[in-house]
Amino acid sequence: MKRIRIKMNEQPAIERIENFSEVALGYTEEQAQTEAARCLRCPTQPCVSSCPVNVPIPGFITEILNNNYDKAYQLIAGENFLPAICGRVCPQEQQCEARCVKGVNAEPVAIGSLERFIGDWSLNQQHTVKASKSKHKVAVLGSGPAGLACAAELARVGIEVSVYEALHALGGVLRYGIPEFRLPKHVLDTEIDKLKRLGVKFYTNVLIGNSLTVEDLLQEGNEAIFVGSGAGLPRFLGIPGENLNGVYSANEYLTRVNLMNAGRFPSSPTPVKSGNEVIVVGGGNVALDVARVAKRLGAANVTIVYRRSMKELPARKEEIIHAQEEMINFKLLSQPIAVTGENSEVTGMECLSMELGEPDESGRRRPVAIENSNFILKADVVIVAVGQTPNPLFIKNTPELAVNKWGGIIVDQSTMSTSIDKVYAGGDAVTGAATVISAMGAGKRAAQSIVRRIM
Amino acid sequence: MYKILGKKKVNRVVEQMTIHAPLVTKRCQPGQFIILRVNELGERIPLTIADFDRKQETITIVYQIVGYTTALLSNLKAGDSLVDLVGPLGQPKPFNNFKRVLGIGGGVGTAPLYPQLKQLFKHGVEIDTVIGARSYELLVLEDELKNISNRLFVVTDDGSKGSKGYVTDKLKELLECGEEYDEVIAIGPLAMMEAVVAITKSLDIPTSVSLNPLMIDGTGMCGGCRVTIAGEVKFACIDGPDFDGFLVDFRECIARQNYYRAEEHECKLALKGSIEHEKNKN
Repeated sequence: MKRIRIKMNEQPAIERIENFSEVALGYTEEQAQTEAARCLRCPTQPCVSSCPVNVPIPGFITEILNNNYDKAYQLIAGENFLPAICGRVCPQEQQCEARCVKGVNAEPVAIGSLERFIGDWSLNQQHTVKASKSKHKVAVLGSGPAGLACAAELARVGIEVSVYEALHALGGVLRYGIPEFRLPKHVLDTEIDKLKRLGVKFYTNVLIGNSLTVEDLLQEGNEAIFVGSGAGLPRFLGIPGENLNGVYSANEYLTRVNLMNAGRFPSSPTPVKSGNEVIVVGGGNVALDVARVAKRLGAANVTIVYRRSMKELPARKEEIIHAQEEMINFKLLSQPIAVTGENSEVTGMECLSMELGEPDESGRRRPVAIENSNFILKADVVIVAVGQTPNPLFIKNTPELAVNKWGGIIVDQSTMSTSIDKVYAGGDAVTGAATVISAMGAGKRAAQSIVRRIM
Repeated sequence: MYKILGKKKVNRVVEQMTIHAPLVTKRCQPGQFIILRVNELGERIPLTIADFDRKQETITIVYQIVGYTTALLSNLKAGDSLVDLVGPLGQPKPFNNFKRVLGIGGGVGTAPLYPQLKQLFKHGVEIDTVIGARSYELLVLEDELKNISNRLFVVTDDGSKGSKGYVTDKLKELLECGEEYDEVIAIGPLAMMEAVVAITKSLDIPTSVSLNPLMIDGTGMCGGCRVTIAGEVKFACIDGPDFDGFLVDFRECIARQNYYRAEEHECKLALKGSIEHEKNKN
């Protein structure tokens, strides 16, 4: 019997646009068993090699089938300490599931859903975490995915880890960036608690560079420093009208809602303008997150404006489908050229229609403006989600650190070491905005290279 | 937690607080600011470091009770703690080789002016200072500024203390009398700074202003605090808060400052309601 891939149950679109609860509800035990049985357990394991942290996928799936969830968890956690997070936010369709052999003539195994099943199972367990103790000390800057992965890997071998976070809450982009309906904050909190039980110390409200410096941290006995300061600086479009009231960066909009709970204004005192006609510029996962948040805050119409076609839209397919179900409009092949306004407030956005020309260096067909095709979309809120560059603060205060022309920290790709001795870096601070899992992979690689060096 | 070591009323609407903040005092410089949250659900608000003591590891903040969060802050007393405080943020004010500087402070804006002038005073710069407020009871740090100024001029809108009028009247008067300054440092309401710059620009006297736009994280992440400086977008949190006044688009700053006016009002009403509710309960 050829079984079809089991889809997680979801909150119906009509209900979920009224709340911030999670969209995908996770597998039941029975669903997990059925899906696990679809894995061919092929000897070549292409899924493992295409996972940035090399989770032993067929191994943990086998343990699900054996009903041995603890073993399944141990197998995943051996490579990835945050499965409940990765099971939710990894682009599996571009990684493990893209290479799944089952996918050759059927749908690939739902590896992400199975990982999430085990991750969620583990959230309810009181694991006794065993960590050997050593006399080594390492400091980690930033508590986002890169920092957390690095800290976990170091703490596991008994290194005393201190994580410094600039904001008042932990998790970096997992906290301020990814909305509750994709990654519930209690999942993040529980995963971070696991690290605390492993002995990792967390310090919020510390901006390394401004208060303590790299020099201070080394003098305090840290033998290495990992910089995971993230992609902090939002890009804007550089078009007229961008500073009108009603224009937000995706970072600001999401931070107000996710970190500062603006959705609960006035019982939470940080406001956000929910808008009625909302335009989101950009086509990545962040743009879709923003659009879906706006819908949930009560906007009547939310429109994604993207300059290429649906085929080139870089967001995850699953999220595009979710957005479409939630009645988000897509205005494709459109390039914003100005934000229009009246009395300092946004009234709309002027765009040009585009057509696709020859492929550019990224391999995607280059959008070309069609002359005299200007049109205006009505808007009272415009949110710009066209990417971020690495956070400039740490770099500014650490002049001896070598960076590339985009402000990314230059590292040796195999060791993740920077131009400063004992200082390592990884994640968006190096690459600019990328994925959670690639940041975690970088944090893990850096930790391994730190361990090799100091132990 | 960040312990409040001292608190005093500066005037009817302005208070001063001394807070234990060892990580801030390690390296903070005049011109920099902190962001604090009063409680677990609180918003993040930026406040200038009005003074600091590296030995005691304390910073001083001066705030006017204008909105929800400053009212909450005002409810705290010495011995209480703030849940969050981060800094120093922003760029230190650059000090060139000045010999003679005019400081202009408007209302509670006099508080961020003080650490800058104090720094200049320590380096032997001759300082004249003009401070202004709507009336005498809203003046801030008059004695402190008197101690470091060669001359201190007080101006009030209603003439209840010093000369009657605006700080810009005094500025014009000084310049018309032939006074010369290497720099004017003006900190206060946006409209005041704009008016000062309108005068100094025509005479080409370098003028520094301090901007305090709305901001969330204060680390360059949200871009909410963007300001236009010489036609270029800058983030006040990491590029400022001090800027060359000649280059600032004040009209845009003023418009952006007012974006959440309706929400601020709603929030204040809610707070007033909850305070009255508490009172009735007791």
